[in-house]
Amino acid sequence: MNALGLVWSNLGRKQVRTVLTLLSLLVAFVLFTYLRAVAVAFSSGGFGEAGIDRLVVSPKYSIIDPLPINHQQRIATVPGVGAVTHADWFGGMYQEPRNFFPKFPVDPDGYFGLYSELVISPEQLAAFRNTRTGAVASAGLAERYGWSIGDRIPIEGDIYPKRDGSRLWEFDLVGIYRGQPDDPDPGVFLFQYDYFDEARQFGHGSVGWFIVRVKDPERAPEIASEIDGLFENSINATRTATEDDSQREFAKQFGNIGLITTGILGAVFFTILLLTANTMAQALRERIPELAVLKTFGFTDGTVGSLVLVEAILLCVAGGALGIGLALGTQGAMSVYLEPVIGPINITLPIVAQGLALAAGLGVIVGSVPALTARRLTIVDALRERQA
Amino acid sequence: MPIVSLKEVAKSYRKGRETIDVLEGIDLDIEEGDFLALMGPSGSGKTTLLNLIGGLDSPTMGSVVVGGQTLGELSGKALARWRSRNIGFVFQFYNLLPVLNAQRNVELPLLLTNLSGAQRRKNAETALTIVGLGDRASHKPGELSGGQQQRVAIARAIVADPALLVCDEPTGDLDRETAEEILDLLSILNREHGKTVVMVTHDPKAADHASHILHLDKGQLVRQAA
Repeated sequence: MNALGLVWSNLGRKQVRTVLTLLSLLVAFVLFTYLRAVAVAFSSGGFGEAGIDRLVVSPKYSIIDPLPINHQQRIATVPGVGAVTHADWFGGMYQEPRNFFPKFPVDPDGYFGLYSELVISPEQLAAFRNTRTGAVASAGLAERYGWSIGDRIPIEGDIYPKRDGSRLWEFDLVGIYRGQPDDPDPGVFLFQYDYFDEARQFGHGSVGWFIVRVKDPERAPEIASEIDGLFENSINATRTATEDDSQREFAKQFGNIGLITTGILGAVFFTILLLTANTMAQALRERIPELAVLKTFGFTDGTVGSLVLVEAILLCVAGGALGIGLALGTQGAMSVYLEPVIGPINITLPIVAQGLALAAGLGVIVGSVPALTARRLTIVDALRERQA
Repeated sequence: MPIVSLKEVAKSYRKGRETIDVLEGIDLDIEEGDFLALMGPSGSGKTTLLNLIGGLDSPTMGSVVVGGQTLGELSGKALARWRSRNIGFVFQFYNLLPVLNAQRNVELPLLLTNLSGAQRRKNAETALTIVGLGDRASHKPGELSGGQQQRVAIARAIVADPALLVCDEPTGDLDRETAEEILDLLSILNREHGKTVVMVTHDPKAADHASHILHLDKGQLVRQAA
């Protein structure tokens, strides 16, 4: 046995209490890990190097304002612009509300031309181009819903009804595309803009946003300013940003995710702090005579205080590690539900390190007062208390 | 040269505005190899005197010299280190750690030494064998009787091979038969292993095992009997 063994043994003194404290820490740290991963997913654009030469031209004031499609020709005239295409947010529901995935009406050639990292066979792209009700799905979507080429996919349009008043849109699946091998599944359902624009009840000739490829990524800020300058005084003013920045702006429409997650975590950890501090204080009260006895053997005040502090840190780090471990273990299963909504969830090494540091910090905070009390404990008083 | 020497020792406590004198003018020499019983009514200062001898408390006046070391000259840290090498403590309520088995309880004081883990275990086993509990090493305190727990506590007190054992009512929580066994064990440690024993007790029969008996009353030594 060594000093750490002594600390570990003490944690086993009241097993039910230790297990309950560990469970509460576990839950808190599962929550921490996922919320941090969500916050990181929202704060990063998610396109990385692939989107370095792409700009997104969005409505200046709100993502729900449409932009006229004829902006595309004017954008294409800006020096340094290599290509322009467009997309729109269709919304819609497949079978039931929980089957959420983005659905964009696009120009097939323009879209796949700009997103060159998306892989689709020439035959399937041609079929997409030539089939008015044609649609293509990412491999992940096709796998999740068991689709195969030739299937008819019914989507209920919650934003856009059809001209005849019906809300049922039916698309023929003519292709399945993939992202790059190391990239997460794009998870987007794409269909023909021309068919969509002709069949929808309102909003003809408008799109949600434009995607622009610039010839020189270093000139992207300058080109973005020029594009916005084109429409500065129009009722359809634009805001142009790099693809990553645009994703971040989009995420902000949901609210300040960082602030929300910090608020939730703050409340959770404040509760955990009180709970664990109470556990440690209770554990100390029960052991005052034993700590005094350790001092009689020659354990110094500092050593006895350190033993109590290390015990608190060990408890918190063990609970934190279990929580982070559980989050890592369930990451794949949770991604199925979270990825379509907020993009890929990635519990990164920095998040794990932050979690463990937080756990250790929590241990220091909850252990400090008991450790100080143990340190200041006088042998004679403590033993007298035992005999009283 | 006495192993314990107290000169003009006084101890008082403050309780609010009141000063309580617990010990006054104590002059005491305890020879090496002695087995001394300290007797007296409750509140007479027996435990306080024992705490001063064991370096657990410091006198208000006077000097305490144990094994040639003047305890008042030591800092808190140095005093703790000195206790770990020179004094073994036995308490009325055993004060074993309930989460550790007998062998680990006995091993505790050795954590402060440079001994290897294997050597610590061996020394603990030896101490347990001396007190007759070699076969109970893996038992936790809750699985042992009161007398067995006190034996473990004695093994813990002797494991670092201190010259002086200070025992505060070591039989106060035991029945007569078990108390006799514990007192016999202390006598053996005194006679055969050369330990100097200073024991506080209320019990005249327990005191009969000692080679000397000192009586304390109202903080003063009142009678010394051989």
